[in-house]
Amino acid sequence: MCAQKIAEKPRPEVAEEPHPMESILRMERIPHIWCPGCGIGTTVTAFAAALEKLEWDLDNVCIVSGIGCTGRVAGYMRLDSFHTTHGRAIPYATGIKLGNPKLKVIVFSGDGDLIAIGGNHFIHAARRNIDLTVICVNNFIYAMTGGQMAPTTPPKGYATTSPYGSFEMPFNIPHLAESCGAVYVARWTALHIRRLTEAIMEALQKPGFSLVEVITPCANYWGRINKLGVGLDLMKFYHQNSVIKHGEDTRNLGIEFQKPIVVGKFVDRERPTYLEAYNKRLAERLGDKFKPYGGEA
Amino acid sequence: MKADPKGVLTGSHYLDGDHACAEGALAAGCRFFGGYPITPSTEVAERFAQRCPLVGAIFIQMEDELASLASVIGASWSGLKSMTVTSGPGFSLMMEHVGLAVMTETPLVLADVQRGGPSTGLPTTTGQADMMQARWGSHGDYEIIALSPNSPQETFDFTIKAFNLSEKYRVPVLLMMDECVGHMTEKVIIPAAEEIEIEPRRFYKGPQGKYLPFKPDKDMVPPMVKVGDGYRFHITGLTHDERGYPDMTVDCQEKLVRRLVDKIRKNADDIIEFEEDGVEGADVVVVAYGITSRVTLRAIKLARKEGIKVGILRLIVVWPFPEKRIRELARQVKALVMPEINYGQVVLELDRCACGQAEVVLVPHGGGWVHDPDDILYAIRQAARGKRVGEGIVEYHRKKRG
Ligand SMILES: Cc1ncc(C[n+]2csc(CCOP(=O)(O)OP(=O)(O)O)c2C)c(N)n1
Ligand code: SF4
Ligand SMILES: [Mg+2]
Repeated sequence: MCAQKIAEKPRPEVAEEPHPMESILRMERIPHIWCPGCGIGTTVTAFAAALEKLEWDLDNVCIVSGIGCTGRVAGYMRLDSFHTTHGRAIPYATGIKLGNPKLKVIVFSGDGDLIAIGGNHFIHAARRNIDLTVICVNNFIYAMTGGQMAPTTPPKGYATTSPYGSFEMPFNIPHLAESCGAVYVARWTALHIRRLTEAIMEALQKPGFSLVEVITPCANYWGRINKLGVGLDLMKFYHQNSVIKHGEDTRNLGIEFQKPIVVGKFVDRERPTYLEAYNKRLAERLGDKFKPYGGEA
Repeated sequence: MKADPKGVLTGSHYLDGDHACAEGALAAGCRFFGGYPITPSTEVAERFAQRCPLVGAIFIQMEDELASLASVIGASWSGLKSMTVTSGPGFSLMMEHVGLAVMTETPLVLADVQRGGPSTGLPTTTGQADMMQARWGSHGDYEIIALSPNSPQETFDFTIKAFNLSEKYRVPVLLMMDECVGHMTEKVIIPAAEEIEIEPRRFYKGPQGKYLPFKPDKDMVPPMVKVGDGYRFHITGLTHDERGYPDMTVDCQEKLVRRLVDKIRKNADDIIEFEEDGVEGADVVVVAYGITSRVTLRAIKLARKEGIKVGILRLIVVWPFPEKRIRELARQVKALVMPEINYGQVVLELDRCACGQAEVVLVPHGGGWVHDPDDILYAIRQAARGKRVGEGIVEYHRKKRG
């Protein structure tokens, strides 16, 4: 675990009792920017707990985010961390991973970031089976920019750019991931902290492209625009209306407005990662002229 | 530091500019290439695809140019010297990440093999119309370094130079090639590894707790670390303080952007490179870059035969621009002539620096081919008369015979 000391003076109210995740969070950056009742915080807690339980050397763990409320996660983790451009966390992470295959690389970003503007990268990274763990916070909306429609907004859901309610068919993210080749796919809500933590641990240990979708309340925009109450009301709703169905056919995982949400682990399969396939093919073709690629010595 | 022999294909070769670019990169120590095919730059990617597995480097064909440059930035932070290459439309797609690389001070090389534009334009023929996009194509304010080779040999040499400058100043360096140079095949001599000078990455070596990722050294450039070294650093495209943490204040913006601009401007004398011939005592100096500088040589030869005192200043580094030298020359000559394959881009800088001290003549070309040397010759002749025909940049048009 990290033994790094915090450079800044601790704030008086936390001086006596260190935060339980001090070694994983950049405490000097707290308070964070997220609204009270936002589910991103609990998702981060689950992620931090997963890292803690795995007892990995965190010097070899790296996190990459895009842009959005969720995109700010990278900046709060006491890891080598990158806050990149909107939609491009996955190709950025691909470069890091191929640059040094020994690293464990996590992409932590929002639904708009990963599935709208970054959708092309998402499908190709899954297809190539790049060894990345993608944590996708799905709050059905573009939160950072003030509540616009996302490709995940369920029909009839309101957003500032769907003022009459959305009529587009949203993406079913687990189905998209499975179809494109992801080896591990799970979905939980931000309230299933224990199960979410376990799913993140499994995903992190799985070689290849793994995806954990986290259904997360955005009280400030999604909740307010759709008159669904405060953060706690949303949390309760998602928790009470989630139905655990492990192994469910991902075609059945579409999400309808204010209807039950199927959660669980849906895909867990084996497939050579990008670099395994690369090394195998080139060794076959080039023989002794090729040294398997493992990044710098 | 000397080059790692693994990437150096020492010997005399017959290569086009695109292949020479890839070899220059491998010789410079480039070990990651992420790219997306586009004419006329594709051969660079093809050469990398073939060579990377043999030298312990990695090549990946990404899904688009946004992904290409993103992957290159990521790989650079993993500690690998990295590059990508593109042309026209792909160069436009890369602009957001040029800004990210500038803001996060990520060393990398981006080669743009220019073709005719706008839009899809002339995919298979030459142009020099991305020069201003190279300078300020990404949003926000910054300064960048751009080099312009005029032969396959220079493409090899300048690619190494581009890597060295990018490491020294922690800035993306643009190699502004063009279709002609990219596709022309000539002799390229690749020296022995020990004859190739390489700028190593400026790694921070101090204690982990004390590391401030954006605290600059005296030359305004901060030392770097890489992922996995235990520094637990943060990198963001947001305006950030020396710790790398977002700080969206006017003060922080001023401090950061000022430094990003100044680390190039104040080190310009070290970065700028050009070559001159016959400039002393000349009435006219032609300022040219890239393939156009080679066409210019023919025009100069013909003009000198006619007794015109004409010299050439050939830009090797186009950005930053050799402002001081142009100011000096403007005081000494009657006219400065710039042929370029566009309707006036770099000539705007020439005119600004001439400050009305010399006539500034543009010889434009819309793209698709190089200039006819006679057009440049005609402009030199007219310019040599020293008759100012008006304010601002002048164009002389030779009447073409039917
Ligand atoms: C190229 C580009 N386009 C648009 C934006 C504006 N923008 C910032 S965040 C965002 C949407 C974020 O939505 P999501 O990824 O779902 O994250 P959330 O804020 O909901 O966590 C948009 C459109 C941007 N930063 N960059
Ligand atoms: S706007 Fe929504 S997603 Fe963003 S921090 Fe607030 S509650 Fe969370
Ligand atoms: Mg969202």
